[in-house]
Formats: sequence, C-alpha cells, structure tokens
Amino acid sequence: MGEFKVHRVRFFDYMPSAIRAMAFNSHTERLALVRADGALEIFNFADHYFQEKVIPGQDGRAVEALCWVGQRLFSAGLNGEITEYDLENLRPRYTVEAYGGPIWTIGSNKQGTLLMVGCEDGTVKMFEILKERIQFQRNLERQKGRIVSLSWHPSGTLIAAGMMDMIRIFNAETGHATHRMLVERGVGASKSREVVVWSVAFLSDYTIISGDSAGKVQIWDGLTGTLVRTHLVTKWDVLCLSVSQDESSLIAGTSEGTVVQFQFISSTVDQQEEEWVRTRTFKNHSHDVRALAHTETAVVSGGMDTQLVVRPLLDKVEKNTQESAMRKIALPHRSLVCCAKKAGLLLFQFPDHLEVWRVGESDGHGKPGDSLPVKRKPEKLIQLKGKGGDHIYSSALSPCGEWLAYSTVSSVRLYRLQYNNISITKVSKLPKDLCLGHQLCFSSDSTKLFASSRHSSVIVVALNQLECKYLHTLKPKSGSRQPVHLLCTSEDGKWLATANTDCEIHVYDLHKRKLHCTVPIYSSCPTAIAIHPTTSHLVVVHADQQIFEYSLVQKEYTEWSRKLQKQGLHSLWLERDTPVTHVTFSLKNPAHIILHDMFMFCIIDQSLPLPESKTLLYNQMTLRSLPEQERIRHSHAFKICKNFKHVMCVSLLEDHSLVVVERPLLDMMSQLPAPVRQKKFAT
Amino acid sequence: MAALYEGYTLCGLVPGQTLTNSGIQGIEAERDSDHVVVTDSTRSVTLYKVSDQKPLSSWTVKQGQTLTCPAVYNSQTEEYVVVSDNKVSSDVWRVHCLPGGEPVVLFQRGAVRLLDSLLSAPQQPIEEVLAQEEAIRWSTNIVADSQQFVIFTTEQKGDSFLYLHRLNPNTLQRYRLEREEPGLSPLSFSASYRDKHICLLYLYPNGHVYQSVVSVRGLGGDEGAQALPLPRSLLLGLPVGEGLLEAASAQLLDEAHVAVVGVPHPSAGAGKDFLCIWNTNFQTLQAGKEMAGKIYGQLWTFSNKLFIPHGKTLSVIPYECPKSSLASALGKLKQAKTEGELKQMSCVPSWNNILHGDKAQPSRPAETRKTVSNFIKTKYLNFSVQTAPVEEVQREVEGLLSRADIQDLQPLVGQLASMLVSRSLADPAFYTPSTLAQLVHTQSLCHSVCPDLVLLALERRDFFLCQLCLQFFPDIPEAVTCACLKAFIRVVIKTGEEDKEKSSTPPEPICPVGLHKAVLLNEVLLTAYSDTFLLPHLKDLSSQHVVLFLQYLQFLYLKYSQDASPQMHGLRSPSLTQIMDWVCMVLDAHFTVLVMTPEAKGLLVNLHSFVKSQVRLVSELGKIEGSLQELNKMKVKKDVGQYSIEIIELF
Repeated sequence: MGEFKVHRVRFFDYMPSAIRAMAFNSHTERLALVRADGALEIFNFADHYFQEKVIPGQDGRAVEALCWVGQRLFSAGLNGEITEYDLENLRPRYTVEAYGGPIWTIGSNKQGTLLMVGCEDGTVKMFEILKERIQFQRNLERQKGRIVSLSWHPSGTLIAAGMMDMIRIFNAETGHATHRMLVERGVGASKSREVVVWSVAFLSDYTIISGDSAGKVQIWDGLTGTLVRTHLVTKWDVLCLSVSQDESSLIAGTSEGTVVQFQFISSTVDQQEEEWVRTRTFKNHSHDVRALAHTETAVVSGGMDTQLVVRPLLDKVEKNTQESAMRKIALPHRSLVCCAKKAGLLLFQFPDHLEVWRVGESDGHGKPGDSLPVKRKPEKLIQLKGKGGDHIYSSALSPCGEWLAYSTVSSVRLYRLQYNNISITKVSKLPKDLCLGHQLCFSSDSTKLFASSRHSSVIVVALNQLECKYLHTLKPKSGSRQPVHLLCTSEDGKWLATANTDCEIHVYDLHKRKLHCTVPIYSSCPTAIAIHPTTSHLVVVHADQQIFEYSLVQKEYTEWSRKLQKQGLHSLWLERDTPVTHVTFSLKNPAHIILHDMFMFCIIDQSLPLPESKTLLYNQMTLRSLPEQERIRHSHAFKICKNFKHVMCVSLLEDHSLVVVERPLLDMMSQLPAPVRQKKFAT
Repeated sequence: MAALYEGYTLCGLVPGQTLTNSGIQGIEAERDSDHVVVTDSTRSVTLYKVSDQKPLSSWTVKQGQTLTCPAVYNSQTEEYVVVSDNKVSSDVWRVHCLPGGEPVVLFQRGAVRLLDSLLSAPQQPIEEVLAQEEAIRWSTNIVADSQQFVIFTTEQKGDSFLYLHRLNPNTLQRYRLEREEPGLSPLSFSASYRDKHICLLYLYPNGHVYQSVVSVRGLGGDEGAQALPLPRSLLLGLPVGEGLLEAASAQLLDEAHVAVVGVPHPSAGAGKDFLCIWNTNFQTLQAGKEMAGKIYGQLWTFSNKLFIPHGKTLSVIPYECPKSSLASALGKLKQAKTEGELKQMSCVPSWNNILHGDKAQPSRPAETRKTVSNFIKTKYLNFSVQTAPVEEVQREVEGLLSRADIQDLQPLVGQLASMLVSRSLADPAFYTPSTLAQLVHTQSLCHSVCPDLVLLALERRDFFLCQLCLQFFPDIPEAVTCACLKAFIRVVIKTGEEDKEKSSTPPEPICPVGLHKAVLLNEVLLTAYSDTFLLPHLKDLSSQHVVLFLQYLQFLYLKYSQDASPQMHGLRSPSLTQIMDWVCMVLDAHFTVLVMTPEAKGLLVNLHSFVKSQVRLVSELGKIEGSLQELNKMKVKKDVGQYSIEIIELF
C-alpha cells in the first residue's frame, strides 16, 4: 500500500474536566453527566454508549446534582440556581434562583410532579413541575446546617435528608421533621470534624442508606429512626450512592477510587432473612468517585479522574460477550480538532479557548520506522480566548486557513486570519439568522460557512473579503426536532450532508439549494460522515461500527456497501469499543477511505477483497513479514494501523502526509491532582 | 565466626584413682541457665551458681552408698532425683529429666518408666529390652513435638545400636549404626531435635564425626522388629595426629557448629588437649583453646557455656556461635574484580567443592578405600616430610602434586602443608618456600586448614608466599591480615627510602612507597574483611606506620581521582571504594594519635580538604536535586515527544 509521512502531534493539551454528577434515565437509557466546568453530556446506553449530545459549560457554573424527570433534565449547583436543559437546542432552557444559598442536591418524587432541592441555609425547597417551567411551592421545616443530600421515599410521604452529623426525616405533607438520626464521626483526628452525609437513599421498605465522610455506609430503619448496620468501607469519604431499580443492589463510591457493591441477600444459605451484605469492590478509578449510576446491568462511575467507566455486573450479563466488557470513555466522541488541509494548520478546541497551530516541516527522507529530522518546529500561531464566559460548543477552520468560526450556546463568532503578519480580525457584522451553530463547517473553497441550527436546519452564509451575507436556510422534511451533530460538504461544493441524533442523514444539493435526498434511516446513530471528492459517495459510520456507502447520484447504497453488508463486517471490527469519529479520503487513490477511532486508524482499500470472518483482521504485522509477492494474496481491504493511541484526529494534508493528533492518557493523568494517600505495601 | 571466650573455674576435681576418670559423673541443668547440679563419681551432689562460681548447697549419701547416676532436678516438684547403688526394682542406668518434664527412668536392660509410675508401684516387673551382652553406652532424653523421647545407644559385639523410645504412647525403634573401621566404636554421642528430626552426632576414635537424622514422624509402633540401618553422613574428618583418639567428645552446639574436646588442634601438633569449635557447613575451624591438664573426654553444654573437666578443674567456657553464612565466613565480599581477576577466581575450585567434596559420598566403600590409600600416602610422606632434608621434601611433594589429580589430594595437601609448617616452626633451619607456594597454588588450601602458614611466611619474611596466601585464602582472619599489613609497612620503611629514589614516578603525585611494597599493600587492601574485627587490630599500628599507610592511600586516591581508567594500574589494584573504606578505618582507629602527631598534620589537612570538597559537592548537588529531577521529567517527556515526523508503512 505504501509509505506515509506522519505528523505525530502530541501538543494538544486537551484536558477533560472532572465528572461531578450523573443521572441515568432508565426509560430512555440515557445517561446525563455533568462535569466540573458545567458541561453536560448525554450518552445513549442503548446505542453503544455513544455520546450523542454535549452542552458546553460556563465559567463559574458549578453543577452539583442532576435529576431526570421523565424526559426533562434538571440540574442545581452552588450558584444557587436550578436549571432545566433544552436537549433539542442544546442550551439551558431557563434558570430559577432558589434563594437558599448554594444548592447541594436535587431530587424529584416518583410521580414527577415535584422537585426538591437541599440548600446551604438548611432548607429543603419544593418546586412544582409545570409544563414549561417550575414554580416554587414551599419550604420544609428549616434545619440548622446545610442539606447535603436528599432522597424521596417512593410513596412520596417521607423525605430523608443527609446533613452535617445527622440524617433528618421529613414528612413530605406537613413539612415537619419526624426523626433525627445522629451519624457517628470518624475516629482519631477526624473526631473533631463534622461528618458530612454525602448521600442518602430511601428505599421502599423504609430502609435509609447513607454514605458519609467518615467512610461509612450505614443502613437505618426509616420508620423508627434507628441504626441497623454500619459498614466501614474506606478510610476516606463515601461520596455517592446509587441503588438499582429493583432495590436489590447498592453501590457506593469512595475517595479511594473504589466502588463498593452491597446486595440485599441472605448472608448464609439457610438463612431466610435478607440483609445488606457487602459483596464486590471495583477499583477502576485513581481518584474520587464523585458520581454513580446503577443501571440494570452495570455500575457506571465517574469522578476526579475524568473517565466515565461502565462496568457490567457479570451476574446480569452474558459472560465473554461484548456486553460484558468494561468500557472506559476517556475522550469525547466528537472531533475537537479541525485540520485546514490546504494550509497545513490545526485548530484545537478547548472549552474556553482555541489554538491554531502550524505543523512542522522536514525535508528528509527515511525508511519506514524512522523519525525524520524536524527542520521547522510546529508553531502555535494563534490562541483565541472565548468571550463572555460561555464555553465553546463547536469550531471550524476553513481549508485555506483564513477563516475561523466558533459557536457557544448563545452566539456564533467569525474571525479572519492572516499569517504573513499574524493577525486576527473579528467579523463584526454577522447575519442575524446566524445565532446558533451546533456544528460549523466551511465549504472547500472557503467561500461559504454552514451552521446547523434549530430542528436540524442549516444556515448558509456567504463569505468574502468585504462582507458576510446570509444566503438561505436548508431544512429537512422530516420535521425532526433533534440537533445536528455531524455536518460535512463535498470537495466540489455541490453537496452538504447533515446527521442528527434521530439517526437521520439529509443531503442537500447546494446548487439547487434544496434537500437532495434522505439516506435510509439506520437504527444506530452516525458517528462520522464524509462525501467522497470524486465519486460523490457518502460514507457513513455508525455507533455500532457499521459502515455504509451511499451514492448521492443514484440515491442508493453502492455496490461495495451492499457487498459489505451481505458479507458482514469482521467480528473484531465490530467489537471495537470506541466510535469512528472522522472519515476522510485519499486524494491520490480514490479507492481509499481513511477513518479512525481512539486506538487505531484504518485505510479501507475498496479495490481489495473484504476480510472474511476467518481472516486475520489486524494483519499488518503478518504482511510485513511476508515477501512482497505473497503480500497481495493475504491482503484485504482493511489496513489497520495501531501505532498510535488515544487518537483525537487523523487527517490527510494536501501534500499527502498524514496528521495524527494523539492525546496520551498518561499525559492527562499526570495533570490530575494527587489522589488521596493510601498505605501501600512497604511505603 | 564462632568464638570461645575466657573461661573460668567452677570447681576443683578429685580425680579417681585411675586418672582416666575426671571424678565427675554428670552435670545437669537446674532451675535456670545459671544453675547446674554436679554429681561426682562417688557420693556427693553439689548445686552451683555458675556466674558466681560458687556452690550453693551440697548433699552426700551415707558412707558405703554410691551414687550411680547423676542427680537431676525436677522443676515441677522442685525436687532432686538421684539413684544410689543402682537399685529401684532393677538396675537403673540413668534418670533423665527435662526442664518442665517428668523424670524418666532408664533401666540398664533398656526398659523405660516414668518416675511417678515407678514410685507408685516400686515392685512392678521390669522387662528386659536389650539382648544378652548388649549394654547401654549413652542416653539422653528429648522433647520433640511435645512428645518425650528417651534416646540411648548400646553396644553388642562391636555393633552399635540406637534406640528411640517414645513415651505416651510407648513405642520403641531400634537402629543399627553403620560400622566404622573394625574395632572402632563411637567415643561420644550428642543428640538434638530440629525440624521434626532427631539429629544424632557421634565421634569415632579415627576423628570422623558422623551425623544421622531420624524423622520423628515416621516412627512406627511395631516393637521388636528388626533393627533398621541408620544412614549417616560424614560431617567432619578431624585430624587425629598419631594413633587413635581415646578420650574425646563432640557436642552439637547448633545446626552448624560442633564443639570437640580431646582432638588435636590442626596446627598444634599431636597434643590432644584442645577444645575446638568447628563449623560443619564449611568444615572450618572457628575457634580453639588449649585446656591445661588431662582431658577426660567429657563435655557438657548448657545455655552457651561449655563445661569441661580437665586436669584438676572443671572449667566453664562461654562460647558464641553466630549464624554463619558464606559471606560472613569470608568477611566483606571482594569488590571490583577486573576481568583478569575474575578469570583467576574462576579457576579457584568452588567453595562448596572444597568443603563438601568428601561429605557428598561419605560412606561408600570405595571412598573409604581412597581415604585409606590417602592415609597410607600420608603416612609415607609423613616420614619424609618430618625428617628428610629440604631438597628431598621438595622433590617428594612436587612428585606427588604432579602425579595425582589435585582434587583427590585436597585433604592430603592440607596435611602436607600443616606438617611442613609445624616442622618449619619447630626447626628454624628448615623452610621450603617453593613447596609451600606450590601447595598454596593448588588452591586447595585455606587458612582454617593451615592457620600458621601466613604467620610462618611472615616470620621467614617470605612476602611472596604472604601475597599468595592473601590472594588465594578466602578466610584469612582480620588479625592475620593486620599482621601482614604491619610487616609490609615495616619493610617499606626499611627499604622504602632507596626505592623511592630509584623509582621514576611521574612528577605528581609521588608514590610514598616503592613498587614492590605497593603491590604487597594492594594485596592487603584487596583482602576481604569485616571492619568490626579489623579495627581493634589496626590500632596496634604505630603512628609512624599509620602516617605512611595513609600517605599511600591518599596517593592511590589522588591517582584514581585523576585517572579515568584505574584498571590500568595492573591486574590487582584495589577499587576506589576499597581505598576509601581503608582510609576511614585507619582514621577511625588512630584519629586521636594522628591529631597529636605533627608529621600527620599535612596529611590530615589534605584529607580534610577532600572531605570538605566532597561535602560541598554533595550539598551543591542536593541544592540542584529538584532541578535535576525536573530535567529528568522533561527528558521523559521528550522521549515520548511532543511532535515528530515519522515514516510508517502500511501493507
């Protein structure tokens, strides 16, 4: 197949923010997750844990708790506000001040009619959930000391509140506190420190379970207010609890990075009575586990170390299947890197700023495996700080490198760049329609900017030296209200394709300014799309790793795509657990499709036979060892290169060299603060 | 290294009429480690406090009565048990009692009873266990896995047997000891229990010390069965000198050490009045002490004290057997061997071979024959070595060394060297330097085998031999190393002046000693040592010598700090660490003296400035430690690379 010159880039200092809270919606199988910088992410657990939506955070917005009420998602934080999110337009829908100081926790009743928050000033505030908003209803009896955690009994009559040194039980109707359960402090030096009840869970049998800063998980009788059992699980804090829906299993996250499971079982075989027994301990985190979700089959955890870990419970899933494999989601499922192919520039998107780099140069030649001497080092040309405290949602650099656009939840900004004498100018007068841009994309000749807007529409803006002019809006016919999460144009400027989280892919004819076709809907969400520069075939990769090639001219799947579907993808290909996030094509060889996930990049040579189920998929090492004449016999279409890890972007520059942007996990780990000290052997 | 300390007298002896009897029948432990009960051979029992060397009380039976077994102390009842005139209900051989255990009576015909059961029914019938003409020679009792055992050995028509009698439940096992040379039966026995095995050690008149190990587990209950053969292994072949041993005893001290009394010291001629401690793992002599007066072949050991009757006294000799390992036996490991040295060392037969060569197959008939033939050879050589003139001896030895495989000759080489050394020591006119050098070169010798060789060489000013010994002996004691050092330095002073003028040393630094002396001193520096043992001997050096030695060490140090490749100095040159260790030791040993010596002032100032510069360097390094660590971190990052342009190939 040949040699490639690869720019191996590791200077993208991307650092995800710590996971602060999560909430799992078992009806929609969506996990909502919020990070320390306020960014909200929605993962679809029914579709290969694909991160389908992201709402960027905001400076100074510290979300402490999340709560699903039906399909609606609420959050509350230390700024004292309750926010409901607009998951269609990917922005906060509204924000309500609770007037109780910082809010530590949020919860709802089972019926989904009331929302309660626990405040710093010792009040539990009830809000009525109305159709379009929430309305303050009343306070429960005010307590001394902050309300750190809350749990509503399924019947709706009682509420348990975790506080400093105690747990209170409130009668939800009268609002009076009925019980006060004192929580013992830690021993030794921590005796003088107040114990924080970080989390409580109120079960339907009136058992209350609490996790506290003294490292205890305690089981209480909520009717009598008595302590039933204490499990000391850590020397540090138990930060969060989550109970399975059938209330047979409970998990607790600790500062040591462990997740401890308890199960409601009889402790001995012949014993009838069931009790909460500590059963398993998972250690998948190096730092505090701040957020937990107990799904039907898995323990989902996240915390300071920024990784989302899905750890299937092996008694709930079939062993040795893809379902039973543990997943760690460390990098976002969307591209934060934009490559200006013609200019050899890279745009890196951080939450609060953008960086434009020029890749280095080398005039040397070398054998495969060599590192060439770098004649010109890579250079950071521009660092652009976001304005107004809103974090960046999406960004794009035009192929020529002269235009830069980025969007936040509230606005789109466009800049003009010059490199001979580096300068950046903001384009001040943008069309009014260009106010929302979930996805941004420039045409290949850099004359147009496309911005996806509400209800999957795309706004087209013409760019030239003098002005920036709104041309028209492209709208799908499906009437989908979901946002577009993928946007791409063809090299010849004729086609524009969009994909939304309803799994729809619409292709617009830019010359005719109208919808050209809709690709048949596939059940799994597209994770990357691209239009071939010469054949105008649309290549789509889905979260379930399926690849489709759709002819835009014929409006049907191509022969190759049919063949691929008929034969089926190789099982090892389907077992990969990170989505393909970028597809591009080779300018030299039209039969080549280049795509990548987090752990590899792959060049699909459509002229070669597809790998059969028994062939070796990862065969590069084998081929290397074979004499040249024999290689062709053993080759197949999937050329997979695993030299690179934690890949954030693979792109092809105009000079045919590849750019691979890596973000090694170790580098990210090294930026984390020190974990809690643990006594290890011989230290 | 095991050590024997200064002993003291516990009491005087009243030897029996025959003079072969010490007059002591037995010594038994009393309430604690500091009290013993001594029973004399007639009618009195005395309790001693050992540390005070004084009797606390004494009992005597009526005139006409005799004590026929040593008194034992029953710590449970705080009573003493003694048998007079053999009689209970049958003739009693011994009463045994372990601390905290019940007294057990062993009858002369082999039956065993608990004292209590015997006293409650004194007239009970006592069975005969032993055959006719079989008689008990020795007995003891041992608690193994909370089971009490009575162990005794018997002799019948030249055969020896071992009996293991277990109490509660009673079982008896009989073993037959392998025969030694005809007519020889064991002189002494000693038993101990460790790791679920009873370990029996016995000494034959020909100096062979054997060990037999019996598992306590496998003891069957079938009484009266045939005597099982008892496997044995040869632990030591002690030098016996002329004739056979008569009154000797070997006592196990721990798993690696044996105390032997009544056996000649390997380097002190034929006199048998020595108490020695041998290491059985390395078969080296660890400590030796001459005991004045006649040795009766009696030896007891209680809590790190040996009790030995000799002449007209009963002496108590404290001893110590620290756990010995090869490393501690060798002292500090030799450091920094150049390639040449390594090669040299690799032709030295392995330590194991030297030590365990003959232990591996101790009891095969072929081996015995070989020993015998060696014995004959020795006998033959003995004659010539002890009487023949120097030239003849040289010829004989040379012939012997060229004739045979040296591995086989190992014991012979040792004996030859010992004989040559003792003859040389006795006869000032006799000295065979080349023969001794040849023997050392066989690398079958070590210091323990021939302890006087180095001192003899020093006495005869045979520095070449000294050097060879230092080079080839792995076990030279620190005292001897120091003696060599002293002798070498002294020579340096006598002839050093001229040497210094003659040798055309480079302008700086000037070597304070001549080349030959430097070579000798280097050999000392290279010797293995342990500084705690070396330090006291170093203190014997005179201040003048110390200054010279320090000057030489300083010279070496300077040379090394200037020279990047110290190996160039020759094959056998000490390493920088060795030099620094010696400097420190010499300074430690003589610091106060050196401070007072005017000529040492410059030297001390120099050394002080070295130290100061070193301290400064280290503190400067300490200051930049943080930055260096950062550098290290950065380097790691660089290794990974923030950016590189690579060529990859896909197939």
